[in-house]
Amino acid sequence: MHSLRRLFLFIFSTLILLALSLKIEELRVYQGAQIAIYALGISSIVLLTGYSGQVSLGNGAFMAIGAYTAALTQIHWHLPLFFTFVVGTFSAALAGAILGGGAARLSGPYLAGATLALAVGLPTLANQFTILNGETGLDYTSGTPPTWFGESFTLYKWFFWIVLVNVMLMMFFVRNITSSRYGRTWKALRGNPVAAQLSGIQVGGSKVLAFTISAGVAGLAGSLLGMIGFVGPTGFGLGLSFALVTGAVLSGVTSLAGSMLGAVVLVAIPELASVIAHRLGDTERVTSNLPGLIMSTLLILTVLFTPNGPAEQIRKHKARKQ
Amino acid sequence: MSGLTVKDLVVDHGAITAINGISFTVEPGQLAAVIGSNGAGKTTLLRTLSGLKHASSGSAQWSGEYILGKKPENLVRHGISHVSEGKSVIPELTVKENLALGGIWRKDKKDVVAVTKEVLELFPRLGERLSQRADTLSGGERQMLAIGRALISRPKLILLDEPSLGLAPLVIEQIFHTIDQLRHKLGLTIVLVEQNAMSALRIADIGIIMNLGKIVATGTATELINDPALHAAYLGY
Amino acid sequence: MQQAINALLIGISNGFIYSLMALALVLVWRSTRVINFAQAGQAILSTYIAYEIVTRTDNFILAFIGGVLAGALVGAVVEILLMRTLFKHVSDGPVAALAPVIASLGLLGLIRSVIGMVWGNDQKPFFPPVSTNGFTFGSTTVPFSRMNLLIVLGAATVMIIFTLIFQKSNLGLALRAAAFQPEIARLAGIRVGAIRTTGWIFAGAAGAVAGILISPNDAITPYSLDSLLIFGFVAAVIGGLESLIGAVVGGLTLGIGLSFILTYIGTSLIFPATFVVLALALIIRPQGLFGSKAARNA
Ligand SMILES: Nc1ncnc2c1ncn2[C@@H]1O[C@H](COP(=O)(O)OP(=O)(O)OP(=O)(O)O)[C@@H](O)[C@H]1O
Ligand SMILES: [Mg+2]
Repeated sequence: MHSLRRLFLFIFSTLILLALSLKIEELRVYQGAQIAIYALGISSIVLLTGYSGQVSLGNGAFMAIGAYTAALTQIHWHLPLFFTFVVGTFSAALAGAILGGGAARLSGPYLAGATLALAVGLPTLANQFTILNGETGLDYTSGTPPTWFGESFTLYKWFFWIVLVNVMLMMFFVRNITSSRYGRTWKALRGNPVAAQLSGIQVGGSKVLAFTISAGVAGLAGSLLGMIGFVGPTGFGLGLSFALVTGAVLSGVTSLAGSMLGAVVLVAIPELASVIAHRLGDTERVTSNLPGLIMSTLLILTVLFTPNGPAEQIRKHKARKQ
Repeated sequence: MSGLTVKDLVVDHGAITAINGISFTVEPGQLAAVIGSNGAGKTTLLRTLSGLKHASSGSAQWSGEYILGKKPENLVRHGISHVSEGKSVIPELTVKENLALGGIWRKDKKDVVAVTKEVLELFPRLGERLSQRADTLSGGERQMLAIGRALISRPKLILLDEPSLGLAPLVIEQIFHTIDQLRHKLGLTIVLVEQNAMSALRIADIGIIMNLGKIVATGTATELINDPALHAAYLGY
Repeated sequence: MQQAINALLIGISNGFIYSLMALALVLVWRSTRVINFAQAGQAILSTYIAYEIVTRTDNFILAFIGGVLAGALVGAVVEILLMRTLFKHVSDGPVAALAPVIASLGLLGLIRSVIGMVWGNDQKPFFPPVSTNGFTFGSTTVPFSRMNLLIVLGAATVMIIFTLIFQKSNLGLALRAAAFQPEIARLAGIRVGAIRTTGWIFAGAAGAVAGILISPNDAITPYSLDSLLIFGFVAAVIGGLESLIGAVVGGLTLGIGLSFILTYIGTSLIFPATFVVLALALIIRPQGLFGSKAARNA
């Protein structure tokens, strides 16, 4: 696709979604923001795993870095909201670059373990440094919507607008990267590292770049998630990394468009769980564990039966029919 | 029928057909040399016979039993031992452990001890290196170890894949000599895959010449050695 | 001086636990080439079962045996139901290559949710079978308690049993052969499938021992062994991921190292320190202390 056409498509769909948000229920608007954020988080994994063939079980940690740095710069330096996003994105990218430097030398299982260690370990820091304010977390706000938007323009709508514009901007950037020279290099690397090396591709550098960008994308997603929710260790723990991986696997890991699908599923699971939990009698144990149960079952079934994601399966099925 | 009988065997590696409908018989106690250029399908044939590879169609019988589709660990129990391509030993284990491996499944532990002793008499160099790791052995010693391990299973049929690969001419002669000795002493049936056509045919009863997944000639070893047309085309002299 | 000895003693006690977890990870890695993140889940499940037995019968030995058997059983079930199916369906593609790792992560989540549903997410006190008060010598009390002694003895016993099985028995030989060269092992008549399951059984038991021994110092929750998983992984990496002795040495190294850091620098650094240790291990000796091949490079 021509990049100009792509640009128009992105702008057009953003406008449509912004307009739509004015017409629908408050709760759905909030969920829309969640979906957009998860989609961004998932695409950070798609970029890394689907394109450059590296695995990360710790992108939740990059989201945490994005959220905390964004919140800290708002609290202590009173930066305008947009600049806190920029700070969140670049801090996470920096962390990604450092980690990526080591990661480029590691094969799958080692990298999986190291990033998992990050996902488990990083949130514990919140309780160790007073500036991070422990379990309570940090206060990070979007501010109220401008008054000239009118009375009916609620805080949730404001969330959604901010989130959507930022997500779309970043997605546009990611989409362009993946179809650029870099994207093709990553694919070549993933397919056949030796051949890629022989044809003069700098394997290490290219992998580090993928890690850096992926972390940056996750960082922005984290800042946005912190803004609409809260910035604390429980929201950014292993559970988040786990959700991102699940979403990425469900969406097939190779397509950015698929990340939307994964995100919708992630947001739908708690809804579904609450319906089922209600039937089962709504005990605390059931309600708090059912979403996790559904998500992990879904994850296991997906890797068991459609190892490359449902989307891939459908594509194959079509190809076979023809 | 006893012996080894292969009929219309077809084996594919995905889209590549490595063996394309071959049939042959090896009588009990015979040594069959399978010869052919690189990629002819020789290794694939042995891997199929030992159960490592699935056949696409055809049949194979050993001692009257159909063997295709059986697992290698079960075929060993039926007397088929496969010494795979490239010195089939486990480098991380000692010589002693590699030998012991061949006898783990056997109930008759007394006979395992006895046959281990026989193997060490046959290959005294292994006896001197029992506690050495297999990756410290020379190529020839490794090949001896691989054959020794196979013998400890008390096989009736041995599938040998290029035992001479990468060995010096003198060592090759030794190995071939041992193989010849063994089969007479133990009454083994042997399928020997070789690039070293002449050496193999010299100790063989029959020869099977393969090219691109098909058998292009069979006959007694003497016939093949004396066929000038084959020399030019496949035997390489 | 006193402080250093204390740090050392605690380090050894923790190190043995890390070693057990590392051992579990290495056993599975060697038999199936999977880093089994669900090991933490399997271990905590076994620990809950031991907790259940101990609260009902007040008999720690019974609970220990029950928990370890449960761990072994869970290991077998996971290998047979999950891993075998997984390897049957394996195909190419970016996810397929990661499928075992991701499946193990999914299983970790699944086990935790199930535990949460059965026992709840709140902390359950796991009462120690012996005193957790430090031994007293004259006027000084060291932080090393009877419980620590039990940990060291228990873990050491398990390791000695494992070493004997691995180095001296036919089962051990089959396990090693199947780990190094499954194809040659099969040609030698070894039922590699069954042997693989056995590896998971041993791993499940080792993880259970780790969980049951570490928990009496603390309360248990569905998540309480997450950090043990990380320590076990780092220990296994230090030891080279392939080597059982490496796992033990790696665990002790990490245990003692972290203990000194905690004593002299501060508790806040435990995870950053672990991460630094991991990074150092990967940089200085990529093949691990006992690894022979550089298996970890992409
Ligand atoms: N695992 C595999 N996957 C795909 N193709 C394979 C595989 N193994 C063998 N082949 C193909 O099957 C054909 C026969 O191979 P095979 O190894 O049986 O030949 P060979 O006669 O043993 O050759 P050589 O003398 O070089 O050992 C070759 O074209 C080879 O490329
Ligand atoms: Mg061959």
